[in-house]
Amino acid sequence: MQHYTMNLTLKVWRQKNAGDNGHFETYPVKDISSEMSFLEMIDVLNEQLIKDGKEPIAFDHDCREGICGMCSMYINGRPHGPWQQNTTCQLHMRAYQDGDTIVVEPWRANAFPVIKDLMVDRSAFDRIIQAGGYISVNTGNAVDANATPIEKDKADEAFAAAACIGCGACVAACKNSSAMLFVGAKVSHLALLPQGSPERKNRALNMVTQMDKEGFGACTNTGACEAVCPKGISIENIARLNREYMMAGLTEDK
Amino acid sequence: MKWSELFTSSVGKKWIMGLTGIFLILFLVVHVGLNACIFAMDGGVMFNKAAHFMGSNAVPRILEIGLFAGILLHMIQGWSLEMSNRAARKKGYAVAMGSKGSKWYSRSMGLLGTLLFLFLVMHISHFWVPSRITGLDPVRIEGKEYHNLYGEMLQVFQGNLAVVILYVLGCLALAWHLLHGFQSAFRTLGLTNGRYILLVESAGVLFSVLIPLAFALMPVSMYMGWIK
Repeated sequence: MQHYTMNLTLKVWRQKNAGDNGHFETYPVKDISSEMSFLEMIDVLNEQLIKDGKEPIAFDHDCREGICGMCSMYINGRPHGPWQQNTTCQLHMRAYQDGDTIVVEPWRANAFPVIKDLMVDRSAFDRIIQAGGYISVNTGNAVDANATPIEKDKADEAFAAAACIGCGACVAACKNSSAMLFVGAKVSHLALLPQGSPERKNRALNMVTQMDKEGFGACTNTGACEAVCPKGISIENIARLNREYMMAGLTEDK
Repeated sequence: MKWSELFTSSVGKKWIMGLTGIFLILFLVVHVGLNACIFAMDGGVMFNKAAHFMGSNAVPRILEIGLFAGILLHMIQGWSLEMSNRAARKKGYAVAMGSKGSKWYSRSMGLLGTLLFLFLVMHISHFWVPSRITGLDPVRIEGKEYHNLYGEMLQVFQGNLAVVILYVLGCLALAWHLLHGFQSAFRTLGLTNGRYILLVESAGVLFSVLIPLAFALMPVSMYMGWIK
């Protein structure tokens, strides 16, 4: 595709801190290359803001290669922008045309409070992982990779679930602000493997309990989470979590 | 884990929605089957007999209590979930996500359910209240006296275009509610096997079209005078 440059209008959510009410600010951005990433376009705007003596836009980013799960913008009514299975950092400006207006908002959910501008606090996800998203092993030498035989299909399914980068797009897209796709992926990837089996029941119970405590909504299977997930995590993981949780809840006494 | 904790967790509440939903789906099969007796074209004889059985036999009467309990639980739990789910995002988006990734009816189960509740209020006052509380006209079939529920249907639907339209709209709301609810219930109960998901999804679409269509045909047929 031919390279081109474009002038855009950006409407960006600006919020000084968690306590501020926040508002939209409109910025014209000029001479944006179609080869730039979306975050590079924001970098260009921020340099302009700094030059003008204004506060740059705060936003989360880290690896900028689509694997860390830090970037988190809700762009024109869709988390991570218009492309499928894509993170904001991997969204390129060729998705837009000269003269376009782009509205950029932070993730919205009570469990993800805005820290500043487009940055939200996603530590709720960390606390859910701390509640059970791990396996307990004795440290020491790394175990031989083939010591525990695992069926290829199961390994593939577990790997597909483990691909979740915890960016929170599922929560941002869900009308209920539900974290079930995230928790479903985390519970599934361990439930499908023999290493996850000793703590399987308590994991499902504790992670769901923590999820509820954090103030995420319940799942109504609309599928919006799966549609925006940059890693293509399947909604099947939610059904598996429902099953894991109930089977554990019906059989665990404590 | 305590029972109270289990069924008040977000997943537990959804299990209750799924289980009561499937129970109500089963009820629809019974309801549409019995009502289809009006198509026997025998002046309502078969229908009135069927209605008499349902009203006089102990088993359906006990199940009726379960039915009302199931409807109430499904409604109250549904509304409570809708409220808490809405409250999980106090500040919304300027640009709505809309249908980028989900179907409108899957996001509107609360609204569709509320419409169905309004429909039920009308429907119960049309038929259940007269047959159980205020009384129906008697009709003699083969020398035995029956409640003329068939006559009540004719009275409600014949010449009442507005009521017929409301019933058809009620069936439409039911169709959309089922189109999402049927398969969603099974997912909530933990169905992940690809073969079964395909089966449930296909059955769900068929059920959501055929059952409301059969229901809608009843008032329409009576209004149009297709039933003798």
